Amino acid sequence: MTSEPILEVRDLVKHFPLTQGILFKRQIGAVKAVDGVSFGLAAGETLGIVGESGCGKSTVARMLVNLERPTAGEIRYKGEDITQMSGRALKAVRRNIQMVFQDPYTSLNPRMTVGDIIGEPFDIHPEVAPKGDRRRMVQDLLDVVGLNPEYINRYPHQFSGGQRQRIGIARGLALRPEIIVADEPVSALDVSVQAQVVNLMERLQNEFDLSYVFIAHDLSIVRHISDRVGVMYLGRIIEIGTDVQIYDHPTHPYTQALLSAVPVPDPEAREGRERIILTGEVPSPAHPPSGCRFRTRCWKAQERCALEVPLLAVPAVFRGTDGPAEHDSACHFAEERQIVPTTSAPGEGDGEGLGDGAGDESRDGDGERESDGGAGDADAGEQGPDPDKEM
Amino acid sequence: MLLEVRELQVEFHTRDGVAKAVNGVSYSVDAGETLAVLGESGSGKSVTAQAIMGILDVPPGRIAGGEVVFKGRDLLKTKEDERRKIRGADMAMIFQDALSSLNPVLTVGAQLGEMFIVHRGMSRKDARARAVELMERVRIPAAKERVNDYPHQFSGGMRQRIMIAMAMALEPSLIIADEPTTALDVTVQAQVMELLADLQRELNMGLILITHDLGVVADVADKIAVMYAGRIVETAPVHDIYKAPAHPYTRGLLDSIPRLDQKGRDLYAIKGLPPNLTRIPPGCAFNPRCPRAQDICRTDVPPLFEVDENRRSACFFWRETLDDV
Repeated sequence: MTSEPILEVRDLVKHFPLTQGILFKRQIGAVKAVDGVSFGLAAGETLGIVGESGCGKSTVARMLVNLERPTAGEIRYKGEDITQMSGRALKAVRRNIQMVFQDPYTSLNPRMTVGDIIGEPFDIHPEVAPKGDRRRMVQDLLDVVGLNPEYINRYPHQFSGGQRQRIGIARGLALRPEIIVADEPVSALDVSVQAQVVNLMERLQNEFDLSYVFIAHDLSIVRHISDRVGVMYLGRIIEIGTDVQIYDHPTHPYTQALLSAVPVPDPEAREGRERIILTGEVPSPAHPPSGCRFRTRCWKAQERCALEVPLLAVPAVFRGTDGPAEHDSACHFAEERQIVPTTSAPGEGDGEGLGDGAGDESRDGDGERESDGGAGDADAGEQGPDPDKEM
Repeated sequence: MLLEVRELQVEFHTRDGVAKAVNGVSYSVDAGETLAVLGESGSGKSVTAQAIMGILDVPPGRIAGGEVVFKGRDLLKTKEDERRKIRGADMAMIFQDALSSLNPVLTVGAQLGEMFIVHRGMSRKDARARAVELMERVRIPAAKERVNDYPHQFSGGMRQRIMIAMAMALEPSLIIADEPTTALDVTVQAQVMELLADLQRELNMGLILITHDLGVVADVADKIAVMYAGRIVETAPVHDIYKAPAHPYTRGLLDSIPRLDQKGRDLYAIKGLPPNLTRIPPGCAFNPRCPRAQDICRTDVPPLFEVDENRRSACFFWRETLDDV
């Protein structure tokens, strides 16, 4: 992440107005779908964004490719704010940021042939491909994504879900973009086909030097493909860091709950595994809770959480510790807690010898933290009501 | 045995020919037991369930053979009005999409109460009271106030709880849950699965859990039946199958889950696509995608070989697959 970010997002906000009345509409509120999201994307990097439905991750994706105009905030592509652009300048930038959609059944026009679908970007950006070359270029693209180039005259319904997603990817690649925003690209696919598409995307990234923003709710696939991961909750990023930091050393309670809720395909783990079962459901983004938005479901919530919005920064407790817990986390009472058993990856992980079980939760013996001034504050919260544990 | 399915065959007559959705499936569930039926779309896992429940669309569907023995009685030979009494009362089903499975113009209380009015002959007032009880039992907050709400006024997780309440209403001995949590977010999915497991334990029900999620299976199942192209390719107790699968398809599914130590490398992917059910390949249906396929796999349909007392595998090379860890 030392290199200059190719894409930088600052305080991005998207509010959808809620109106009342048919003839004379007046605004009575707003759905705060995205409410202050910032991140950077380095060239060649994959940033994963995870979160549950309604957290705003798809709205972020749509704003990145300019399908949705932000209410406020900046999206800087190579230093220039694309939210302020229009006309030719915008068109040039959009060529470089392309999208792959979730549903390969509805994102391809059923009345167009595969050749027309993949070739359509060339109609909008004719400078990329002279007319005579287009057919050949489309066939090359089909070949690149692992489809038979002879299928160019077929229609989408003649393909399976996985093949359609390949067509969607080929269309995204057509203009040789630098950034691809993929919104749940594999979640509509069968397990055995998902792996094929994930492999394809990784191969294309190396081949064409792509940067990915990879949005998904499947945490294991996001971990596999991402260099860095951001976790979203109710319109905000609440924790962001490298894949090891987020998955092995999460410090935000929501990330911890999310990781613990994912069913692990290992029956041996079901007895030993600690599970945090959250109570309640995600509040409405039209009326988000004050202060920390997660506090209504959080077992650590204190008065402070209702009054003060926690900022996305390295928590004071971990500042200067140089450990994997030192990453941005928007929690007043951030603390490390191991959720994913490290048994499946011997040799990887925290290297402190604490990786033997998920039951080790408080890690009070950690000297670095005790000596820190802010640690007392953090410990007060942790002795509160324990989350449910499943046997 | 609570339920035994024997050599079930279901076909669909389509314009492209006869699609053999289920080709001789056998499995069984006992009281208090959880059987997970694992498979991808088109594997026949849901069609089997529909045939058991007796809610298959006939036509185009047709049950071409087999038996569904529930408490010692072959349901396929039972008259429809008899089956209607069993359905809902003694065996119930939970569907994936709660919003489209609930009636949008009736209150939740009316739909829950209907179970008691139809099957138990209760009065409306008593049925309403039972509906509130049920909603409390599936931990819906403020059940008394919400009993008169309509389905769209509930969130996805709450709607799925109402589906569960409806299935539980008459304390059936068998529940079939078809992808009950697929439409839900992970944190809500965990809540719903926990609820389902608690109720199952309490009522000592048999549970058939139909899913494509290997994680969910590992979390709750006692035994697994893996389906592919309308056949069971492997059955085993849950611990055995994850430790050492005895069929190359199961092995492929397990290997395609991203693991920590695979970061930066290619995921294992089963090559190719599942077959079209109107043109299932001869021999073993998996042979065009199988890394182990030999000549015999292309000509002979593999029977379910006995791996050990509790395990079966429909692969000629199950021994080799088992050893290949």
